[in-house]
Amino acid sequence: MFSSDPSKRNSFQRCICDGDLVIVYERHDNMKAIKVKMGSDFQNRYGVFKHSDWIGKPFGSKVFSNKGGFVHLLFPTPELWTLVLSHRTQILYLADISFVISYLEIVPGCVVLESGTGSGSLTTSLARAVAPSGHVYTFDFHEQRAALAREDFIMNGLESFITVSVRDIQGEGFPDEFCGVVDSVFLDLPQPWLALPSAARMLKQDGVLCSFSPCIEQVQRSCETLRNNFTDVRTFEVLLRMYEIREGRMEVGRNGGPMLLKPHKKRQHLSSEGECEDEERTTIMVKPCNEARGHTGYLTFARLACT
Amino acid sequence: MQDKDYLHPSSEMKDNRSLFDNNTAQSLSSEDIDAMKREGATGDEIVEALIANSSTFEKKTTLSQEKYKVKKQKKYAPKVLLRRPCSRSICEAYFKKYPTRIGSLRFDALCLLLSMANVGAYSDVLVLDMVGGLLTGAVAERLGGTGYVCSTHFGTSRNPIDIVRMFNFSSEVNSRIVQATFTDLCIIRENDCSSFHQDVLKTEGDIKNTKILAESIVPKSSMHVLDESIQETNVSSDRSCISHEIFNAETIGQSSPQTDSNPPIEDDEGMSVSSTTEKSKSPGRQASSELVNSWKERGFSSLIVAAPEIEVGSLVQKLLPLLSYSAPFAIYNHCLQPLAACMHRLQASKMAISLQISEPWLREYQVLPSRTHPHMQMSAFGGYILSGIRICSDACNGSQEN
Repeated sequence: MFSSDPSKRNSFQRCICDGDLVIVYERHDNMKAIKVKMGSDFQNRYGVFKHSDWIGKPFGSKVFSNKGGFVHLLFPTPELWTLVLSHRTQILYLADISFVISYLEIVPGCVVLESGTGSGSLTTSLARAVAPSGHVYTFDFHEQRAALAREDFIMNGLESFITVSVRDIQGEGFPDEFCGVVDSVFLDLPQPWLALPSAARMLKQDGVLCSFSPCIEQVQRSCETLRNNFTDVRTFEVLLRMYEIREGRMEVGRNGGPMLLKPHKKRQHLSSEGECEDEERTTIMVKPCNEARGHTGYLTFARLACT
Repeated sequence: MQDKDYLHPSSEMKDNRSLFDNNTAQSLSSEDIDAMKREGATGDEIVEALIANSSTFEKKTTLSQEKYKVKKQKKYAPKVLLRRPCSRSICEAYFKKYPTRIGSLRFDALCLLLSMANVGAYSDVLVLDMVGGLLTGAVAERLGGTGYVCSTHFGTSRNPIDIVRMFNFSSEVNSRIVQATFTDLCIIRENDCSSFHQDVLKTEGDIKNTKILAESIVPKSSMHVLDESIQETNVSSDRSCISHEIFNAETIGQSSPQTDSNPPIEDDEGMSVSSTTEKSKSPGRQASSELVNSWKERGFSSLIVAAPEIEVGSLVQKLLPLLSYSAPFAIYNHCLQPLAACMHRLQASKMAISLQISEPWLREYQVLPSRTHPHMQMSAFGGYILSGIRICSDACNGSQEN
């Protein structure tokens, strides 16, 4: 996904090799992560794609199936990974992830603790932020979940930035070896207040903590506990509203009636503007999508108070 | 502070039925207060005196007594807390005090741009920064002294990036911030032989110019202004957790060892560019021709455009070919329509996929026992972002639609 080796900068000009992870893009709502393997096939409703055809092509290429259907092969990024990973738990999405990374002031070289690991959606973004010299230590009490997350991180080539351990952070707290050496802590736990005393011990002076909770009662209780050894306690909710665009045409109503906006039939007129009749004007119509994620969770941030 | 029964405020029998706003509750006059100040009374003493001389204080509920104290504290005993600057504090301070200087780029939108453009160590990020350097600085912060952020501009005048100086970057990080004109980035590499030398000459000249420019670019007075605003932001954010977070002098003293070694607020001399100290290596030198050539060969790893007020559609179409294939990009604008038109054009030209227009929404909450609710005031607008991924469009020839 990204490299710790300065000679291999994050330029995607590299060509696809045997063993690479690629994101197979069909549509914006249909992508899959595939490990390229010589001799393997990828099959979807557009036909059969041979991996051997992919090798040697640059990332971002369009490749064809036996039936002439196509997909695009993309370089995996944490954002794409969030869209394709298998959901073993509820996951964090882009808006929350980006806000958390920035608010926690995570920069290259930072040491970050996370619990629980869940499906590893946030973890890959944490790893990108701490690379090349920092590290993410992530903990989940579910053994199988931890193992699957570890496999995912290895598949993305992130094992040198992420260590996954099985541990009940609410019950046992973070391991003592991290005492006072951690830049930031992220908690996504059902009872985060139980882990707060331990988190406070782990943080460096001025270190920042974030707790993600879907329910306001969790936030309420966490904030009460936080005020014991933290300062600057702030709670946010961050969401994204998506927009869809369509090409439409304005049609003059009959007998001078009101103008009507009519969507084009599926993209047919996109490239043939000559067909547009005079009394019709094509126009780009944009509106918010009908459905959206209305709530993900509350993000509570706090800074370790000076003692 | 004694424990209060927050959870059952109704058990308290006080309410505001007997409170009238007739401006007679306070028996201390402003002259009395001025006299106290002249005699050297501390802010806390003044607040105590105000409470003692308020005829209505005792009639207020515990909660509003607390509010009253905080309000008076803010006026007569303001306290500041010094923190290291980072993209969040800088962005929030500007957003609060001088939103126009950063194109009203809200912090959550800035975070999204960085994530959508996959900014991380060893990235080569192309930015069109018309938000005063906030974007360039935020990208450089994520690069941590690796990779490059190249701030490009159309025409001859550079986009000012003076906000970069607020980050207190080390010279290592500063050296990763470069500038190049769009034309320089576009010169075809094949006819390099002649243009290469010209580039070198031009670069040397520009470096000299840059220094002069850098010295003149930041009006010294504006530094103080920002310093104040940053402090104010921290103070006000601390205030948001009303009861327990009133800082005493001790806290302030102890919170600053890091700021001592790396003072975030420098005096005028500290800010001026002198060529002797390590730290003063100024950000935003001209990109060397080696660098420009390596980008021509391999492409940038991502693009961020934050030009909130200009028509970005045509610019994006020019900038995208500078990216390597599969590189993500994010375009920030205040208006939806140009982004929609831009998205439509990119779809039609098959230059990019995974195109999406999104609008960030951010709401802060007051969380207090029995008094949890969203903040009464919120920013209602965070701009729009068009994101997508550049693709290898050559391969489209003769393809069938799915």
